[in-house]
Amino acid sequence: MQNPSPRVLLMFAMAIAAFAVPALADEPGGLTKASDPVTGEEVYTQVCQACHMANARGGQGAAVIPALAGNPRLAIAAYPIAMVVNGRGAMPGFTDILNPTQIANVVGYVRTHFGNAYTKPVTPQEVAKIEGAK
Amino acid sequence: MTTRRQLLSAIGMIGGATALYQAMTTLGHAAETQFTGPPNLSGARTGTSVIVLGAGLAGMVAAYELTKAGYQVRILEYQPRAGGRNWSLYGGDTYTELGGATQHVAFAPGNYLNPGPWRIPHHHRTLLHYCKTFGVQLEPFIQFNHNAYVQNADAFGGKPQRFHEVAADFEGNVAELLGKAIDQKALDSDLTAEDRDRLKVALREWGVLDENMRYVKGLRSSEHRGYDRPPGGGVNGAPTPSDPFDFTDVLKSGVWENMAFFMSMEMQTTMFQPVGGMGMIGKAFARQVQPLITHNAKVSKIFQDKTGVVVTYSDTGTGAVSEAKADFCVCTIPLGVLNQIDINVTPEKQAAIAAVPYSNAVKIGLEMKRRFWEEDDYIYGGHSFTSQDIGLISYPNNHMFQDGPAVILGAFSRSGLSANRLAGMTPEQRIEAALAQGSVFHPDRYRKEFSNGASVAWSRVPWTLGCCARWNEDTRKAHYQTLVAIDDRIVLAGEHASYVGCWMEGALTSSLDAITRLHRRALEA
Repeated sequence: MQNPSPRVLLMFAMAIAAFAVPALADEPGGLTKASDPVTGEEVYTQVCQACHMANARGGQGAAVIPALAGNPRLAIAAYPIAMVVNGRGAMPGFTDILNPTQIANVVGYVRTHFGNAYTKPVTPQEVAKIEGAK
Repeated sequence: MTTRRQLLSAIGMIGGATALYQAMTTLGHAAETQFTGPPNLSGARTGTSVIVLGAGLAGMVAAYELTKAGYQVRILEYQPRAGGRNWSLYGGDTYTELGGATQHVAFAPGNYLNPGPWRIPHHHRTLLHYCKTFGVQLEPFIQFNHNAYVQNADAFGGKPQRFHEVAADFEGNVAELLGKAIDQKALDSDLTAEDRDRLKVALREWGVLDENMRYVKGLRSSEHRGYDRPPGGGVNGAPTPSDPFDFTDVLKSGVWENMAFFMSMEMQTTMFQPVGGMGMIGKAFARQVQPLITHNAKVSKIFQDKTGVVVTYSDTGTGAVSEAKADFCVCTIPLGVLNQIDINVTPEKQAAIAAVPYSNAVKIGLEMKRRFWEEDDYIYGGHSFTSQDIGLISYPNNHMFQDGPAVILGAFSRSGLSANRLAGMTPEQRIEAALAQGSVFHPDRYRKEFSNGASVAWSRVPWTLGCCARWNEDTRKAHYQTLVAIDDRIVLAGEHASYVGCWMEGALTSSLDAITRLHRRALEA
């Protein structure tokens, strides 16, 4: 093939686009089609409790997954927002699967449940601001 | 200017194929691994000691090779079991995840779930080398089964279809369309007339098109996608062709993603598994180094100075605190755990340890009373893919055609939301989700034949807090070289210190590189 035109490149790209995706990790090829969580409770159940547990008490093994229940560090919303946006240590950031509204909803939910009573609402704008600072 | 291709062509003509291959390997083509053989270290200074943290594959291969080189080696391991993420769960095993949920595995004798690694690429030669050396018997892993299913909620009304039908229709339609583009002169400026002709021949053969370059119902397309009535003998021996699917459904099915999956180097056949479960590899390594291992040792501090390394650890049973001293340390503790341990390395190294998050993954094993996928659906090993959270189900690659119970891998979920959804469930809820979702492939039989199950959610594994290190281009650039560099007397090793992340090969190649450098450092000390 000599100097393929953009149109031809596009056509080939459409035909074989996915074949170029690197798969360095041992992962399945399936797609995900379950409906996305919306409310704070839904996001907590479907994302956060995978590590922090249904009772938000975390866990302790060779290392610790911190409890969110009764956690005074949640007093300032920017702290848990930054955790969800940026991650820390083994915890990844979640901006690849959660949008600012979902993050605001779940941070608001955790701050008002599990023995926490920080009632000031959390807005997607606050989340977007911290995401913008990444 | 001579191009690389011209150079290789010249080498090929002069030196023949062997010279060509060697030259290609030297230039970075063709080779699939950096492994050229075990390190064969020797000549350690008498009395020099190394403490290895972690009895996974990285830690055990370090201990094995350093002992051979003449070092005094000791291993500290958090778990009562050696092997790390190389692990199989068998009937009679008990597993307690973070949060306290305990599962009592009830599989029949010989059946197992591999919660972590489960397949070995043919080019992971470091791992294959040690499997052979340590007497691990390997058997084929059926990676690619054309007769398994693909299922997507958006296509065919959610009904699963055989991979060979959908893949053949995808290729046939793409071939026909490209042929049309040629006939409509859309490629005239890009291809010579001769190459256009060659490409048309290729499209006709590859896409099983008819003489008019059309992908149509017929015996020819049925050779790829399957027949309505397959060829047989005698009176009704003649086959009847099948109808290709609607191309819109084929596109919506996302089958190209499944096709592409099998094309990546790590997923290409031939693949292997150990006879009796992946954990056989960890057990074989442990047989080489078991006397060196102190189990149930939870490390809390790693301190180095001019005189050596002191590791503080407590017994997970009694709580008794001890110190272990050595001249050097090979630390294979997963980064998320290490990040919570007091260790005096440079601030840059600390930042590197803290910079790499861990992936999640969930595996669920379902023991079925009989092999209905073989007996009723003619599926022998391999995977059926789904757009649901479970990702896939995978059929056992061993003991085919036998009666009695067998374990299906009922989920291998790795993408963000779906893995977290399953991980957040109780073990009982995970089994229920796996049965509900997996039933799409084998309705009527999946629940009916189910006997018992077990699951592992890697975000809740007490000794890793995750599945494996998730690097990206930015963190690689900022931290990788710092992470793997020797920090005075300490060197890190494990899949997290490799570019073969998530694979056992990464753990081994990382460790061999680390101890080779550490040996040099020890001789210079």
